[in-house]
Amino acid sequence: MMPDLGKYAFEVGWSYVVTFALFAILIGLTLWRQARVKRLLAEVEARQGEV
Amino acid sequence: MTIWEYANPKKFMQTSARILPWIIGATVLSLGVGVIWAFFFTPDDFRQGASVKIMFLHVPAAMMAVNAWGMMLVTSLIWIIRRHHVSALAAKAAAPIGLTFTLIALITGALWGQPIWGTAWEWDPRLTSFLILGLFYLGYIALWEAVDDPDTAADLTGVLCIVGSVFAVLSRYAVKFWGQGLHQDSTIMKVGEKDPISPAFYVPLLICIAGFVLLFITLVLLRTRTEIRMRRTQALMARERVA
Repeated sequence: MMPDLGKYAFEVGWSYVVTFALFAILIGLTLWRQARVKRLLAEVEARQGEV
Repeated sequence: MTIWEYANPKKFMQTSARILPWIIGATVLSLGVGVIWAFFFTPDDFRQGASVKIMFLHVPAAMMAVNAWGMMLVTSLIWIIRRHHVSALAAKAAAPIGLTFTLIALITGALWGQPIWGTAWEWDPRLTSFLILGLFYLGYIALWEAVDDPDTAADLTGVLCIVGSVFAVLSRYAVKFWGQGLHQDSTIMKVGEKDPISPAFYVPLLICIAGFVLLFITLVLLRTRTEIRMRRTQALMARERVA
Protein backbone atom coordinates (compact mmCIF):
# COMPACT_ATOMS: atom_id res chain seq x y z
CA MET A 1 0.00 0.00 0.00
CA MET A 2 2.81 2.37 0.90
CA PRO A 3 4.20 3.93 -2.30
CA ASP A 4 7.86 3.42 -3.10
CA LEU A 5 9.38 6.86 -2.52
CA GLY A 6 12.89 5.67 -3.34
CA LYS A 7 15.68 8.05 -2.45
CA TYR A 8 13.15 10.85 -1.70
CA ALA A 9 11.44 9.02 1.19
CA PHE A 10 12.91 11.39 3.83
CA GLU A 11 11.92 14.60 2.02
CA VAL A 12 8.43 13.46 0.99
CA GLY A 13 7.69 11.81 4.34
CA TRP A 14 8.73 14.82 6.38
CA SER A 15 6.80 17.21 4.10
CA TYR A 16 3.57 15.38 4.87
CA VAL A 17 4.37 14.97 8.58
CA VAL A 18 5.26 18.65 9.06
CA THR A 19 2.23 19.87 7.08
CA PHE A 20 -0.28 17.81 9.02
CA ALA A 21 1.44 18.49 12.35
CA LEU A 22 1.11 22.25 11.69
CA PHE A 23 -2.52 21.79 10.62
CA ALA A 24 -3.20 19.81 13.81
CA ILE A 25 -1.65 22.53 15.98
CA LEU A 26 -3.61 25.27 14.19
CA ILE A 27 -6.93 23.41 14.37
CA GLY A 28 -6.28 22.39 18.00
CA LEU A 29 -5.51 25.96 19.07
CA THR A 30 -8.57 27.25 17.17
CA LEU A 31 -10.93 24.78 18.87
CA TRP A 32 -9.32 25.25 22.30
CA ARG A 33 -9.68 29.06 22.16
CA GLN A 34 -13.23 28.72 20.80
CA ALA A 35 -14.23 26.54 23.77
CA ARG A 36 -12.51 28.83 26.27
CA VAL A 37 -14.14 32.02 24.92
CA LYS A 38 -17.57 30.35 24.67
CA ARG A 39 -17.30 29.30 28.33
CA LEU A 40 -16.15 32.76 29.41
CA LEU A 41 -19.00 34.49 27.54
CA ALA A 42 -21.55 32.08 29.03
CA GLU A 43 -20.23 32.84 32.54
CA VAL A 44 -20.40 36.62 32.04
CA GLU A 45 -23.87 36.44 30.49
CA ALA A 46 -25.09 34.23 33.35
CA ARG A 47 -23.68 36.72 35.87
CA GLN A 48 -25.53 39.56 34.18
CA GLY A 49 -28.76 37.60 33.90
CA GLU A 50 -28.70 37.48 30.10
CA VAL A 51 -29.35 34.47 27.92
CA MET B 1 -30.05 42.37 0.70
CA THR B 2 -26.42 43.50 0.39
CA ILE B 3 -23.08 42.04 1.45
CA TRP B 4 -22.82 44.73 4.14
CA GLU B 5 -25.56 42.97 6.13
CA TYR B 6 -22.89 40.38 7.05
CA ALA B 7 -20.91 43.15 8.72
CA ASN B 8 -23.55 42.92 11.45
CA PRO B 9 -22.06 40.51 14.04
CA LYS B 10 -25.43 38.87 14.76
CA LYS B 11 -26.12 38.25 11.07
CA PHE B 12 -22.57 36.95 10.60
CA MET B 13 -22.95 34.51 13.52
CA GLN B 14 -26.31 33.22 12.23
CA THR B 15 -25.15 32.78 8.64
CA SER B 16 -21.77 31.25 9.50
CA ALA B 17 -23.42 28.77 11.91
CA ARG B 18 -25.68 27.63 9.05
CA ILE B 19 -22.95 27.16 6.45
CA LEU B 20 -20.10 25.88 8.64
CA PRO B 21 -21.17 22.19 8.76
CA TRP B 22 -21.29 22.10 4.93
CA ILE B 23 -17.92 23.80 4.56
CA ILE B 24 -16.31 21.52 7.16
CA GLY B 25 -17.70 18.48 5.31
CA ALA B 26 -16.39 19.76 1.97
CA THR B 27 -13.00 20.51 3.55
CA VAL B 28 -12.60 17.01 5.01
CA LEU B 29 -13.74 15.42 1.73
CA SER B 30 -11.51 17.46 -0.59
CA LEU B 31 -8.43 17.36 1.66
CA GLY B 32 -8.89 13.64 2.30
CA VAL B 33 -9.39 12.73 -1.37
CA GLY B 34 -6.71 15.15 -2.58
CA VAL B 35 -3.96 14.10 -0.17
CA ILE B 36 -4.65 10.34 -0.42
CA TRP B 37 -4.70 10.58 -4.24
CA ALA B 38 -1.54 12.71 -4.24
CA PHE B 39 0.45 10.53 -1.86
CA PHE B 40 -0.65 7.03 -2.86
CA PHE B 41 -1.85 7.15 -6.45
CA THR B 42 0.21 9.69 -8.41
CA PRO B 43 3.08 8.44 -10.58
CA ASP B 44 6.69 9.52 -10.18
CA ASP B 45 7.81 12.47 -12.29
CA PHE B 46 10.23 11.44 -15.09
CA ARG B 47 12.83 13.92 -13.81
CA GLN B 48 12.03 14.56 -10.12
CA GLY B 49 10.95 11.04 -9.17
CA ALA B 50 8.75 10.66 -6.08
CA SER B 51 9.78 14.12 -4.79
CA VAL B 52 7.00 15.52 -7.02
CA LYS B 53 4.56 14.41 -4.29
CA ILE B 54 5.74 17.43 -2.26
CA MET B 55 4.13 19.67 -4.91
CA PHE B 56 0.62 18.73 -3.68
CA LEU B 57 1.34 20.41 -0.33
CA HIS B 58 3.85 23.08 -1.35
CA VAL B 59 1.87 24.70 -4.19
CA PRO B 60 -1.50 24.99 -2.37
CA ALA B 61 0.22 26.23 0.82
CA ALA B 62 2.19 28.88 -1.09
CA MET B 63 -0.93 29.99 -2.98
CA MET B 64 -2.94 30.28 0.21
CA ALA B 65 -0.16 32.10 2.07
CA VAL B 66 -0.41 34.91 -0.49
CA ASN B 67 -4.21 34.70 -0.88
CA ALA B 68 -4.71 34.88 2.90
CA TRP B 69 -2.77 38.14 2.94
CA GLY B 70 -4.93 39.34 0.03
CA MET B 71 -8.07 38.54 2.04
CA MET B 72 -6.60 40.38 5.05
CA LEU B 73 -5.87 43.37 2.80
CA VAL B 74 -9.48 43.53 1.55
CA THR B 75 -10.99 43.17 5.03
CA SER B 76 -8.51 45.69 6.47
CA LEU B 77 -9.46 48.20 3.76
CA ILE B 78 -13.15 47.62 4.56
CA TRP B 79 -12.36 48.35 8.23
CA ILE B 80 -10.35 51.48 7.40
CA ILE B 81 -12.95 52.84 4.97
CA ARG B 82 -16.28 51.66 6.44
CA ARG B 83 -15.39 50.81 10.08
CA HIS B 84 -17.10 47.40 10.10
CA HIS B 85 -15.81 45.51 13.15
CA VAL B 86 -16.44 42.04 11.71
CA SER B 87 -14.06 42.76 8.81
CA ALA B 88 -11.26 43.82 11.19
CA LEU B 89 -11.84 40.69 13.28
CA ALA B 90 -11.83 38.50 10.15
CA ALA B 91 -8.42 39.94 9.19
CA LYS B 92 -7.13 39.21 12.71
CA ALA B 93 -8.56 35.67 12.52
CA ALA B 94 -6.88 34.97 9.16
CA ALA B 95 -3.34 35.94 10.17
CA PRO B 96 -2.29 32.78 12.10
CA ILE B 97 -3.74 30.64 9.29
CA GLY B 98 -1.74 32.58 6.70
CA LEU B 99 1.38 32.25 8.84
CA THR B 100 0.86 28.46 9.03
CA PHE B 101 0.53 28.24 5.23
CA THR B 102 3.69 30.34 4.85
CA LEU B 103 5.62 28.03 7.20
CA ILE B 104 4.38 24.96 5.32
CA ALA B 105 5.40 26.51 1.99
CA LEU B 106 8.87 27.43 3.31
CA ILE B 107 9.52 24.04 4.98
CA THR B 108 8.19 21.88 2.14
CA GLY B 109 10.04 24.13 -0.32
CA ALA B 110 13.30 23.55 1.55
CA LEU B 111 12.68 19.78 1.70
CA TRP B 112 11.93 19.76 -2.04
CA GLY B 113 14.79 22.08 -2.95
CA GLN B 114 17.51 20.05 -1.22
CA PRO B 115 17.38 17.04 -3.57
CA ILE B 116 16.24 18.90 -6.72
CA TRP B 117 18.23 22.16 -6.56
CA GLY B 118 21.02 20.85 -4.35
CA THR B 119 20.21 23.41 -1.67
CA ALA B 120 17.41 23.91 0.87
CA TRP B 121 17.67 27.70 0.72
CA GLU B 122 18.86 30.34 -1.71
CA TRP B 123 18.46 34.13 -1.53
CA ASP B 124 16.32 33.90 -4.64
CA PRO B 125 13.75 36.72 -5.25
CA ARG B 126 10.70 34.51 -4.66
CA LEU B 127 12.12 32.71 -1.61
CA THR B 128 13.35 35.93 -0.04
CA SER B 129 10.10 37.82 -0.57
CA PHE B 130 8.22 34.81 0.84
CA LEU B 131 10.38 34.82 3.96
CA ILE B 132 9.69 38.54 4.39
CA LEU B 133 5.96 37.85 3.97
CA GLY B 134 6.27 35.34 6.84
CA LEU B 135 7.95 38.00 8.98
CA PHE B 136 5.11 40.42 8.13
CA TYR B 137 2.62 37.80 9.35
CA LEU B 138 4.54 37.54 12.64
CA GLY B 139 4.65 41.34 12.98
CA TYR B 140 0.94 41.61 12.19
CA ILE B 141 0.00 39.05 14.88
CA ALA B 142 2.37 40.67 17.41
CA LEU B 143 0.89 44.13 16.74
CA TRP B 144 -2.66 42.89 17.44
CA GLU B 145 -1.44 41.46 20.76
CA ALA B 146 0.61 44.53 21.69
CA VAL B 147 -2.13 47.18 21.42
CA ASP B 148 -4.83 47.16 24.10
CA ASP B 149 -7.50 49.22 22.36
CA PRO B 150 -9.02 46.95 19.65
CA ASP B 151 -9.98 49.79 17.30
CA THR B 152 -6.46 51.27 17.45
CA ALA B 153 -5.02 47.77 16.92
CA ALA B 154 -7.28 47.31 13.89
CA ASP B 155 -6.14 50.69 12.48
CA LEU B 156 -2.43 49.97 12.96
CA THR B 157 -2.59 46.40 11.68
CA GLY B 158 -4.63 47.63 8.71
CA VAL B 159 -1.80 49.98 7.74
CA LEU B 160 0.77 47.19 8.28
CA CYS B 161 -1.32 44.94 6.06
CA ILE B 162 -1.27 47.51 3.24
CA VAL B 163 2.54 47.83 3.52
CA GLY B 164 3.01 44.05 3.66
CA SER B 165 0.93 43.63 0.51
CA VAL B 166 3.98 44.75 -1.47
CA PHE B 167 5.75 41.56 -0.37
CA ALA B 168 2.65 39.43 -0.95
CA VAL B 169 2.60 40.68 -4.56
CA LEU B 170 6.38 40.32 -4.85
CA SER B 171 6.32 36.74 -3.56
CA ARG B 172 3.79 35.80 -6.24
CA TYR B 173 5.27 37.72 -9.17
CA ALA B 174 8.97 37.87 -8.24
CA VAL B 175 9.76 35.19 -10.81
CA LYS B 176 8.25 37.38 -13.54
CA PHE B 177 9.93 40.61 -12.32
CA TRP B 178 13.43 39.11 -12.15
CA GLY B 179 14.76 36.68 -14.74
CA GLN B 180 17.34 35.13 -12.42
CA GLY B 181 16.72 32.87 -9.42
CA LEU B 182 16.27 29.17 -8.80
CA HIS B 183 12.51 29.13 -8.37
CA GLN B 184 10.56 28.30 -11.51
CA ASP B 185 7.55 30.23 -12.74
CA SER B 186 4.07 28.83 -12.10
CA THR B 187 3.23 25.74 -14.14
CA ILE B 188 -0.43 25.29 -13.38
CA MET B 189 -1.33 28.66 -14.89
CA LYS B 190 0.02 27.37 -18.19
CA VAL B 191 -2.56 24.68 -18.72
CA GLY B 192 -3.81 24.83 -22.29
CA GLU B 193 -0.51 26.21 -23.51
CA LYS B 194 2.21 24.26 -25.28
CA ASP B 195 3.57 22.14 -22.38
CA PRO B 196 0.84 21.72 -19.73
CA ILE B 197 1.24 19.74 -16.55
CA SER B 198 0.02 16.15 -16.98
CA PRO B 199 -3.58 15.45 -15.83
CA ALA B 200 -2.13 12.69 -13.61
CA PHE B 201 -0.70 15.50 -11.47
CA TYR B 202 -3.04 18.34 -12.37
CA VAL B 203 -6.33 16.82 -11.17
CA PRO B 204 -5.14 15.79 -7.66
CA LEU B 205 -3.34 19.13 -7.39
CA LEU B 206 -6.58 20.99 -8.11
CA ILE B 207 -8.38 18.90 -5.46
CA CYS B 208 -5.60 19.65 -2.92
CA ILE B 209 -5.85 23.36 -3.75
CA ALA B 210 -9.63 23.19 -3.20
CA GLY B 211 -8.99 21.45 0.15
CA PHE B 212 -6.55 24.14 1.29
CA VAL B 213 -8.96 26.92 0.21
CA LEU B 214 -11.84 25.28 2.09
CA LEU B 215 -9.67 24.69 5.17
CA PHE B 216 -8.79 28.39 5.13
CA ILE B 217 -12.47 29.41 4.88
CA THR B 218 -13.46 26.98 7.67
CA LEU B 219 -10.78 28.24 10.04
CA VAL B 220 -11.42 31.92 9.23
CA LEU B 221 -15.13 31.47 9.99
CA LEU B 222 -14.45 29.57 13.24
CA ARG B 223 -11.83 32.07 14.41
CA THR B 224 -13.90 35.12 13.43
CA ARG B 225 -16.83 33.73 15.42
CA THR B 226 -14.50 33.34 18.42
CA GLU B 227 -13.22 36.92 18.00
CA ILE B 228 -16.81 38.23 17.89
CA ARG B 229 -17.65 36.31 21.09
CA MET B 230 -14.48 37.63 22.72
CA ARG B 231 -15.39 41.21 21.76
CA ARG B 232 -18.87 40.76 23.29
CA THR B 233 -17.34 39.25 26.46
CA GLN B 234 -15.00 42.23 26.80
CA ALA B 235 -17.91 44.67 26.31
CA LEU B 236 -20.00 42.91 28.98
CA MET B 237 -17.07 42.82 31.40
CA ALA B 238 -16.47 46.54 30.82
CA ARG B 239 -20.15 47.16 31.61
CA GLU B 240 -19.72 45.13 34.85
CA ARG B 241 -16.77 47.25 35.90
CA VAL B 242 -18.73 50.50 35.32
CA ALA B 243 -21.81 49.25 37.22
